[in-house]
Amino acid sequence: MAEALSRSGKARLGRMVVYGCLIVVALVYLMPLWVMVVTSLKPLDEIYSGSFIGLPKVLTFDAWRAAWSEACIGTECTGLKPYFVNSLLMVIPAVVLSTGIGAINGYILTKWKFPGANFVFGLLLFGCFLPYQAILIPMARTLGLLGLAGSIPGLVAVHASYGICFTTLFFRNYFVSLPDELTKAAMVDGAGFFRIFWSVILPTSIPIIVVSCIWQFTQIWNDFLFGVSFTSGSNSPITVALNNIVNVTTGRKQYNVDMAAAMIAAIPTLVVYIVAGRYFVRGLTAGAVKG
Amino acid sequence: MSTLEIDRVRKAYGQLEVLKEVSISIGTGDFLVLLGPSGCGKSTLLNMIAGLETITGGEIRIAGKTVNHLSPKDRDIAMVFQSYALYPTMTVRQNIEFGMKIRRIARADRDKAVKTASDLLQITHLLNRKPSQLSGGQRQRVAMGRAIVREPKLFLFDEPLSNLDAKLRVDMRTEIKRLHARLGTTIVYVTHDQIEAMTLATRVAVMKDGVVQQLGDPQAVYDRPANVYVARFVGSPAMNIVPAVLEVEGTTATAVVDVARRPAARIGGISLSVEGLRRYAGEKVLVGIRPENFSIASAATGPSLTVDFDVVEPTGPDTLAVFQLGGVEVTARLPPRQAHARREAALAVDTTKIVLFDSETETRID
Repeated sequence: MAEALSRSGKARLGRMVVYGCLIVVALVYLMPLWVMVVTSLKPLDEIYSGSFIGLPKVLTFDAWRAAWSEACIGTECTGLKPYFVNSLLMVIPAVVLSTGIGAINGYILTKWKFPGANFVFGLLLFGCFLPYQAILIPMARTLGLLGLAGSIPGLVAVHASYGICFTTLFFRNYFVSLPDELTKAAMVDGAGFFRIFWSVILPTSIPIIVVSCIWQFTQIWNDFLFGVSFTSGSNSPITVALNNIVNVTTGRKQYNVDMAAAMIAAIPTLVVYIVAGRYFVRGLTAGAVKG
Repeated sequence: MSTLEIDRVRKAYGQLEVLKEVSISIGTGDFLVLLGPSGCGKSTLLNMIAGLETITGGEIRIAGKTVNHLSPKDRDIAMVFQSYALYPTMTVRQNIEFGMKIRRIARADRDKAVKTASDLLQITHLLNRKPSQLSGGQRQRVAMGRAIVREPKLFLFDEPLSNLDAKLRVDMRTEIKRLHARLGTTIVYVTHDQIEAMTLATRVAVMKDGVVQQLGDPQAVYDRPANVYVARFVGSPAMNIVPAVLEVEGTTATAVVDVARRPAARIGGISLSVEGLRRYAGEKVLVGIRPENFSIASAATGPSLTVDFDVVEPTGPDTLAVFQLGGVEVTARLPPRQAHARREAALAVDTTKIVLFDSETETRID
């Protein structure tokens, strides 16, 4: 009895240590976010008077309004709004294209195997390991030749093609686990290449589509290097505009506006995680094929 | 008219030949079972009939029409897969309808076909469920329903029962047989289970290493196996293959079998063709005896062998007795309670059922 008690006491102590560590780590991790939130809600004077971590004495959303529509980026004082729109115009087609092409690639590489399919897949994987910097100059030249230099469609093309290796990897690895008999059954039923893809394969792939979209969305939305390299001025994505707001100031540094702007830039990826994360469920096909 | 002719069909993956000149031909309403262990090429052959694998050489004709270059959908076939391959996101009804939708069959006709098939298979109450909500047997029925609505010339079954538990397998086997009797469609059925082959087939093709070892009706394959391989593969427990020397007296032969610690056993009165008698007189042969062709010797059964039972395994309806004969282990199927372990017994052999094989080529001697 006593021994059992002491054992459960030990277990509880272990638990407390684990939770204690987790809480400390979480606090450390959340600290910058806390500073960002409270700073963005304070007037500039309060920040300069030394209050950095504490709650705002005077609550104001002026910094958010300024970041969104008034802050000056270069000579234009438009706030982040137009660049936010730029980013949306870039990220939506790029995610759709890269996910769509990746899905078809994965489908072909697993269900319509051709001689050398694995070799082609291996080559595609190289793309995942290529550092961004390595392709900047050839890509700039290519965009120039295509007449897409400095434009949002050019940026879409870069992100879509760069993303294909990742999305192909996702879809190929997912489709490999779908039994080939599914495709065969559909062929006997009379379905062709695209019909099988559309009616049989894609509906079973919701989890991996979500994974691919989340991954691509965050990658592309958060990208700075391609944005700063291949666009300029009013075509820049939000990450570049944010950099310009934060790094180019005249007079007193507007910490509250900077913080608000950074959070505006981060919100879409957060929203994608919160909304789509719910569909991040595995095993939609579980039990459907084998007993 | 829905015959199937497989005419000198070959399949090779590069240098690797998986099917070597297979020729099988069956008539309308036949139930052909392709029987063999895994890797014998039976599933490859089925996929070639379906059009899911290309044909390296030879010809496949369905209802007299060469189908080598037709895609699966143009071959007028339907197929049931081992894993059922139900479309996981569609309901049972959508699964059954899918092929008809692609062929642009009118809604009313589709509904009628689904109703007929689901009534036949007793799955009407499951039509709105997803495959993941069905049991193994129910999925199997849905897969068959999907095949039935096609009204094909040829049904293809790829090991359809091997994912089911033992009890359900027996039930579904009966059901498939009943379905065949009712629909009368020609069926090609792949399995490695010899009992399925025996119970379902009108024609069995026993395959090994890409070659058809024997093609015939199940009873003929069981009674007169073409070679030792078929003899051992069909029947459970397997046919006993005992090495012996053949002695010929007049028109019958006697197999002389070495027995440890006893005088050689003589199994006499084996009938053989004149040519067989001449050729194998005094030669080594392999004697094939089915377990059930042994019986406890009595005054009525004539000459007998004396053996010592090592192990006795009662199965209920009968008892399997294991003993040594000619240096190999032999199993006899005897009535219950007649055999006792570590006991001497006198056994009679039904010599009319004995099959002899050449000891070198292992093919049957007639």
